[in-house]
Formats: sequence, structure tokens, C-alpha cells
Amino acid sequence: MGLWRMIEAVGLTKRYGAKTAVYNLSFHVRPGTVTGFLGPNGSGKSTTMRMILGLDRPTSGHVTIGGHPFRQLPNAPRQVGALLDAKAVHGGRSARSHLLSLAQLAGIPAQRVDEVLGVVGLQDVAKRRSKGFSLGMGQRLGIAAALLGDPQVLLFDEPVNGLDPEGILWVRNLMKKLAAEGRTVFVSSHLMSEMALTADHLIVIGRGQLLADMSVTDFISANSADFARVRTPQTEPQQREKLTAALIEAGGRVMSEPDGALRVTGVPLPRISDLAHDADVRLWELSPHQASLEEAYMRMTQGAVDYRSTEDQLAHLQQPQPQHGGYGTPPQQPVVPEVPQQGWYAPPPPGQNPYAAQAQSEPAQKPEDPR
Amino acid sequence: MAAVSAVLQSEWTKIRTVSSTVWTLASALLVTVAMGAALCALLQSTFDDLSEAERATFDPTFVSFSGMMLGQLAMVVFGVLVVGTEYSSGMIRTSLAAVPQRATFLFSKIAVAGALALVVGLATSFLSFFLGQALLGEHRTTLGADNVLRAVVGGGLYMGLIAVFSMGVAAMLRSSMLSLGILVPFFFLVSQILSAVPKAKEVARYFPDQAGSKIMQVVPDALNSEKAPYGPWGGLGIMLIWVAASLLGGYLVLKRRDA
Ligand SMILES: Nc1ncnc2c1ncn2[C@@H]1O[C@H](COP(=O)(O)OP(=O)(O)OP(=O)(O)O)[C@@H](O)[C@H]1O
Ligand SMILES: [Mg+2]
Repeated sequence: MGLWRMIEAVGLTKRYGAKTAVYNLSFHVRPGTVTGFLGPNGSGKSTTMRMILGLDRPTSGHVTIGGHPFRQLPNAPRQVGALLDAKAVHGGRSARSHLLSLAQLAGIPAQRVDEVLGVVGLQDVAKRRSKGFSLGMGQRLGIAAALLGDPQVLLFDEPVNGLDPEGILWVRNLMKKLAAEGRTVFVSSHLMSEMALTADHLIVIGRGQLLADMSVTDFISANSADFARVRTPQTEPQQREKLTAALIEAGGRVMSEPDGALRVTGVPLPRISDLAHDADVRLWELSPHQASLEEAYMRMTQGAVDYRSTEDQLAHLQQPQPQHGGYGTPPQQPVVPEVPQQGWYAPPPPGQNPYAAQAQSEPAQKPEDPR
Repeated sequence: MAAVSAVLQSEWTKIRTVSSTVWTLASALLVTVAMGAALCALLQSTFDDLSEAERATFDPTFVSFSGMMLGQLAMVVFGVLVVGTEYSSGMIRTSLAAVPQRATFLFSKIAVAGALALVVGLATSFLSFFLGQALLGEHRTTLGADNVLRAVVGGGLYMGLIAVFSMGVAAMLRSSMLSLGILVPFFFLVSQILSAVPKAKEVARYFPDQAGSKIMQVVPDALNSEKAPYGPWGGLGIMLIWVAASLLGGYLVLKRRDA
């Protein structure tokens, strides 16, 4: 099709009654790349995929594939392959019959069915009812269905869900291979770490709105900030305050971790040591760290998480435990509660949080296209 | 655009590769034939106990179809499952992603399943007829007698249409459980009970099953039943209107709603 913007969404909005699942989402997906579609639970990834496939009608906005709305594509199964839900198979039908019924729809010869069964490694269970399939086998069957028509555009909704490490590696390589063949690959996931390895480009959404649209390289260089972990003697909290003040004065940024350690950015390690020495503060730890992409991703989406887990208090279930000085926890030290909302993630590199402005003021605005 | 022939072929593959097809259609046939045969044998031995009026309107053809009252339920289950399992399994999304033209998808599916139900329905009614007549002894009739062939073919049409009607209802309700929960009590209880209640039966005779079953009667008002304000073909016409309405409803739901 030779189109630069193979999948293009413009102002896509979907409401289910009072619930807005997707709001004013605009993005495009290019051929020849793997585009990762990231977002927390309930952020609207599957809803967006269903709208791309013409299954759900957008409340407003539109989305096209190769310039056409999905429902107007000539012979859609030969152009677009999708894995939406691995369990969406009649359990009483064998894997082979399931794929055969899909192949016949698009005039795909039956040999192709056996071919894709081989590709996904299900040839030995092809005649078995899919009811007995494990999650990973179901996922493979769904991938087989997507590959059936040898389509130019592929959509995968959480394809690695339920796969073993070997399967994850296989999916990762498959996506890359498909993209290298010039196809358009759009794949959703919860895991930033997985996408960093698989995708070339990222589209991140939260609460149905666009949070980021950038290349993986940009994301990594913007977010793999180094930081130092600094620990002062727990018995002397005033030392910790003294050091914090000195570090801030020297232009550093300091955040505290739940266990009382400090995360410092903007000041190199030797300088931290010198500052501590000058302030007459003893250090119990001074170590270099690198923030993980997962942390950066969580920081980006933390304002947009719908379902947040909380500590299970077990208030009525637990027997009162005899207090004892735990390993590394002096008895008199009050335990710092773990408050996930508090920003103890790696602070962004000074003065360049690429999303903060977006996420707060104009969440639906697409960032400037670098080209 | 997916070609209609391709969709028909695919739907045929879907139907023949699930076991529910075999067991629902087999029970429709077996239950109808067996129960019809049992009733024919019973009536043959107790014919003299029938009232004068019942004997005068004795309809050997209609009697041999008595098993349909129960057998049609298996047809209902067949029709509901053909459409309903697309929804319960989630397969509907895969299907509609492959056939974006929803009318083509739905009507191809119903055409294939309806044709199969019709074939099984015809086999059922012919088998029921021949076995029933064999058991009725001297009260029997033959296929060559007036209107008998119409009634026997009509029996097959009736079974097929019940299945198609159920498919439309399942497409409207998008759930096998809900559809069965409504259709089975309706055909098995509500319709039968209402037809015995004085005022209600005026309405009940326009229900799809009651109107449609007129086509199977050779003797008008067989076995001294109520006089209906329509003939056999009129009755089938009423049933066809019900079927068309359920298909239209099913289509509109599929077209309008998100999958
Ligand atoms: N058919 C529907 N009816 C009502 N609400 C819906 C429907 N489909 C999705 N939603 C709501 O829309 C929101 C987005 O759901 P969606 O499934 O698209 O999220 P997701 O990003 O795929 O989440 P996950 O990572 O858990 O798969 C959720 O709040 C969900 O409850
Ligand atoms: Mg999802």
C-alpha cells in the first residue's frame, strides 16, 4: 500500500454510557516498524484496537487502515490480521477447524492453515479441541489466526500474556521479523521493559488519552537517568537532613525512598562524598544506580492509573505479632509507610520531563512530530 | 468484500466441526420420531375410547407428528447455539474482523444453519409419518391422499423455521443462556398453557408455533381442536412473519451494537 501512515487515528473517542474509555486519541502507525501501545489496565488499549478493526464504533473521530475505514477494506483478512483475545475461540472446535473456517472466509487455501500451525508450533495439537488449551497455546492459536492471510497490517493485543520465556522471545522475534518485512505491527502491552526490547516506536496512553508518542530510543535517552542512593546512619536523622540541605544547595535533587535512603540526581558521586565530608555527615551507603524504563513508564502513567492496588492490611485476620527488632530495622525507628503516590521513582533528568507538561495541561495533545 | 460463497463455506465448516450440531439435530429427529411413534401406537390401541367428535376429525398425519412438541425444543437449542456460541466464546469478534459486512455474516450463517435444519426437519417429518402410519394400522393414511404430502413437507418446514426463528432471537439477545431461558419455556409451557385458557387462546393462536403447526393438519381442526381463523398456508404465513421479524431484529442489533 506504500502509505506512510498505515493506521491513522484522528480524534478517536469512545464512550460506554457515562464511561469514557478513549478520549480524543490521535496517532499513526508506520509500516516497517513495531509500534508498542502501552497503558495501564483499563486505559483503553483494547477499545482502541476494536475501533481500528471496526468492531466498536467510535463515539467521535475516526480511524483508517491504509486510508480506508476497516469496514470498507476490500478482503480485510488478507490485509489485516489481528489477535484480540486468545480465548475467543469456540472451545469445542479443534485448532485446525477454527483456522480453516477463518481461512475459507478469505479464500486462503487449506495448506496455509497447516503452515501457520507449524509456524506457531501447534501442529501436534491441531486436531485437539481448543477447550483444553493452556493460555499460552491459546495465545499461539490467536497469533496463527492473525498470520493466516499473510497481511500487511498486524494488530496484537497483549500477545505475550501467558507465554513462557521461550514463547516471549519467539513473539519478540516474530514481531521484529514481520516489521522487517515492511509490515505494520501494532502491539499492546503493559510492560515497558518488554516493549523496550521489541518496539521501535511507542504510543503510551493513560485513561484513554495520549501520554506519549515517541521512538523507543528517545524514551530511553530521556529516561535512563543515573542517580545515586545515599544512606546516612539511621540512628541520627539530623544527619540526613543536614546532608539533604547541603546537596540541594549544591544543585542536586533529592528524594527519599521508603526505607529512608536518599535518591540524588544532578550531583556526581565523588562530589556527594565531598559534601558529606564537609558537612561532617557519615555515609552508610553511596551507590550508583540507573532508573529502569519500567520506573520511568510508571512515573509517566501514575497519574492515569485507574486501578491501584493498596497494601492488604489483613486487619481482622492477623494475630498480633510479638515485636522484635527486624533485620536492619532498629526497634525504635518508626517504619516509613510505603506510599506509592509519593514520587520516589527516579526523578527525571533536571528540567526535562518530556511528559509532565503534557500529562497535566494538555494530555490529549500529540507531541511535535520530530520529522 | 468477503464473497458470500466464501462466508457460506466458512459457516459450513464452523457448523460441522462442533459436536453440539450433531447432538441437537440428532435429538430433534430421534425425539420426534420416537414420541410420534409411541403416540400412534397408543392411539391405535385406544382408538375406541376416543369421543365421537375426535374420531370424526381423526387426523393420522397430524397424530404422527405429535413428537414435534418435544422435538422442536432440540431445534430451538440448535438454532440458539449456532448464533449464541459466537457471542459466548467471543468468536464473534474474530468473525466480524474477517467479515466486516455484518449482514453477509449473519445471513450466511443463518442460511447454512437453516438449510441444515430444514433437511433434518424434512427427514424427521417423513420418518415420523411413515413410522406413525405403520403403527396406526387400519386408521392410517397414505402420502398420496389429499393434502397429506403438503402436511408432511410442512412438518419439515415447521422444524426448519423454528430453528431459524431461534437464531434470530439469539442474535437479538446475544446470549445462548438468555435465549434458551426465554424460548424453551415459551414453546414448551407458555404457548401450550395459554392455548388452553379461554381468552388467551385467541392471542396464542397467533404465536409462531401454533400458527405454523396448522400446516401439518390434513383434517381441518384435527382431533376436534379449536377452529382457527386461518388455513394451513395462512398459518405458515403467520409463522414466516415471526421468523422475518426475529431475523430483522437480530440483524439490526448486530448492525447497530458494538461487537
Ligand atoms: N463494552 C464495554 N462496555 C462498557 N465499558 C467498557 C466496555 N469495553 C471497555 N470498557 C471500559 O473502557 C475502559 C477501557 O477498557 P479497555 O479494555 O480498552 O482497557 P485496556 O487498556 O485494554 O485494559 P487492559 O490492560 O486491562 O486490557 C475500561 O474502564 C473498561 O471498563
Ligand atoms: Mg485490554
